[in-house]
Amino acid sequence: MLKFIGKRLLWMIPSLFAVSFLAFVLIQLPPGDYVTTYIATLAASNEVVDQNTATQLRERFGLDDPLLVQYGKWMWGILSSGDFGISFEWQQPVSGLIWERMALTLVLAIASLLATWAIALPIGVYSAVKKYSIGDYAFTAFSFFGLSVPSFLLALVLMYVAAVEFGADVGGLFSQEYETAPWSIAKMVDLMTHIWLPVTILAVSSTASLIRVMRANMLDELPKPYVTTARAKGLSEFRLLTKYPMRIALNPFISTIAWLLPNLISGSVVVAIVLNLPTAAPLLLQALMAQDMYLAGAFVLLICALTLIGSLISDILLAMVDPRIRLE
Amino acid sequence: MVDAAITNIQPDRAAVASQWQLIWWAFKRHKLAMISLWITVAMYIVALVPGFFAINDPVAQNARATFSPPQRIHLFDTSNGFSIGPYFHPMKLTRDPQTLAAIFVEDTTKKVPIQFFGRGYEYSVLGLFNSNVHLLASSDPSRPLFLFGADRLGRDVYSRVVQGAQISLSIGLVGVFISLMLGIILGGISGYYGGRIDFFMQRVIDFVLSLPTIPIWLAMAAALPQGWPATMQYMMITIILSLTGWAQLARVVRGRFLSLRTEEFVAAARLDGVSEGRIIFRHMLPSFSSHIIASVTLAVPAMILAETSLSFLGLGLQPPTISWGVLLREAQNIRSIATAPWLFMPGAAVVVAVMALNLLGDGLRDAADPYNK
Repeated sequence: MLKFIGKRLLWMIPSLFAVSFLAFVLIQLPPGDYVTTYIATLAASNEVVDQNTATQLRERFGLDDPLLVQYGKWMWGILSSGDFGISFEWQQPVSGLIWERMALTLVLAIASLLATWAIALPIGVYSAVKKYSIGDYAFTAFSFFGLSVPSFLLALVLMYVAAVEFGADVGGLFSQEYETAPWSIAKMVDLMTHIWLPVTILAVSSTASLIRVMRANMLDELPKPYVTTARAKGLSEFRLLTKYPMRIALNPFISTIAWLLPNLISGSVVVAIVLNLPTAAPLLLQALMAQDMYLAGAFVLLICALTLIGSLISDILLAMVDPRIRLE
Repeated sequence: MVDAAITNIQPDRAAVASQWQLIWWAFKRHKLAMISLWITVAMYIVALVPGFFAINDPVAQNARATFSPPQRIHLFDTSNGFSIGPYFHPMKLTRDPQTLAAIFVEDTTKKVPIQFFGRGYEYSVLGLFNSNVHLLASSDPSRPLFLFGADRLGRDVYSRVVQGAQISLSIGLVGVFISLMLGIILGGISGYYGGRIDFFMQRVIDFVLSLPTIPIWLAMAAALPQGWPATMQYMMITIILSLTGWAQLARVVRGRFLSLRTEEFVAAARLDGVSEGRIIFRHMLPSFSSHIIASVTLAVPAMILAETSLSFLGLGLQPPTISWGVLLREAQNIRSIATAPWLFMPGAAVVVAVMALNLLGDGLRDAADPYNK
């Protein structure tokens, strides 16, 4: 078991490097560097930057170095002192802007994951046990519908319904008075009253595939002899289901975290932008639009790292549950 | 189920039927998938000649029709005796006496008949020739028919949705085609050679699959220069979408290659001295092409959703290009959708298209392997 975890952890190192390099290349993709953008921004407000200042800025940020040297410096800054560079638009270190938003992104992702499970598990089991019943068909239809509605559209429609029917404003994660307040119990409660909407939206679009996985797994297990044996022993139907076939059917469920998480985070980006949540996504979009590339790069790097860690956790969990995998 | 499909037909017919015949028989039993097939075909026909199905010029602005609501089509006229034939009432613009806000009322005193195959604005058919015949046309050009209402600039939402189908549906196909090429080459190499190459490719595929796609697409799309012509934008967006889309297909191809590599007929071909290329393309590819088609069908809706999301966020296609995602940008703020909920119509088109393609792909996947089960 330890050997498996060790191997899996070792594998994280090249993956994280690949991700960081990818994020860095993405930073470098737009034509021009950020000094050119800076000059353009200042020129727009009728300020003139002379050539000397531009050269000084370039030197300060090492923008004339070769790509790999720049990458090395960037990575060194992050690894040695958590320095992600300077956000251009905000005129302050990137590290000061990202952490709270990343934390909320994580909270949103985990809450959505839990909600997805909470919805998919009982529905999947129900659909398998009552195969071809009206309920089964209804849930199948629902899951195909959830798969087909883009999450931002769902967010828009729910916002529309909330605004027109209930006159409520459902954007954001906090009420106005808590937005800048320090963390407290009251702020947590306030978060809970807001977070359900994005969580529901994300869960609806991701439960679809999970319901089908769960249903198929249960259908494979239900006709097996051990189920008949348990039933013959007089176990109640509920106890029988939860004690034997469900536990086996849950197995591939865990492995789905690995691909569910990237999907959830992808989806949360769009939903967060539509609902204007204080997570990483709206700031990322803004940074990309303004070509504030260090900020954007930090977000891309952290979001990708988050999903890699998610798949690491799911692999370890799976190995803990299923001995066949760790022996492989 | 497939057994049933085959035994329902005479057994001797099933014995001599080709693989594709068997797949078709199995597929036909899927009611939902069959309906989806027809919907998909119909939508792609619309996407092929959107001009014919549109009513008004999708780019024409009409200041007097800003946020004009959808008009109902009446089939029977009972106001003056009885007559059959579709017509609509033109909208009359009035103003709220207090707020001066525009209010549209159906002017029931006037009737405008709708013509089939009537004349309207001129459009180009696939760039080959021009035509001005439309499936539906208002008989009075000064009183346009807004089937799904009009947007902020008084443009016809229905015609724009129809026009948007061309870009949105084709981007799915083109994107999947590029992904498929990458997937077949990389997945094929991985599955055919196995060993260390396979191990390495598997890690790369795992890596690509573990990345959240939307932030990466956003970052790549943000790097595109703003002033590019529409066709270049279109190509770049498709390529961006394919760069992450190939991994899923590569995995399917690899899995199939691995399982087929040990089949007797491949071994037999190899012992007969058939060249590698011919084994792959003549012997292996036909036997898993049905699976590939099913996976591809399931990849198209994902691409459509991706393009819609990107364009919606403002980093995909840019107006004046018309795609469903671009159209949904109009529905971005709560104010405009509160006054004009019909701006959601492009969203309905997305949902129908994606649902039909998903169900179609699902049916194909179930029917793809007529020999198993």
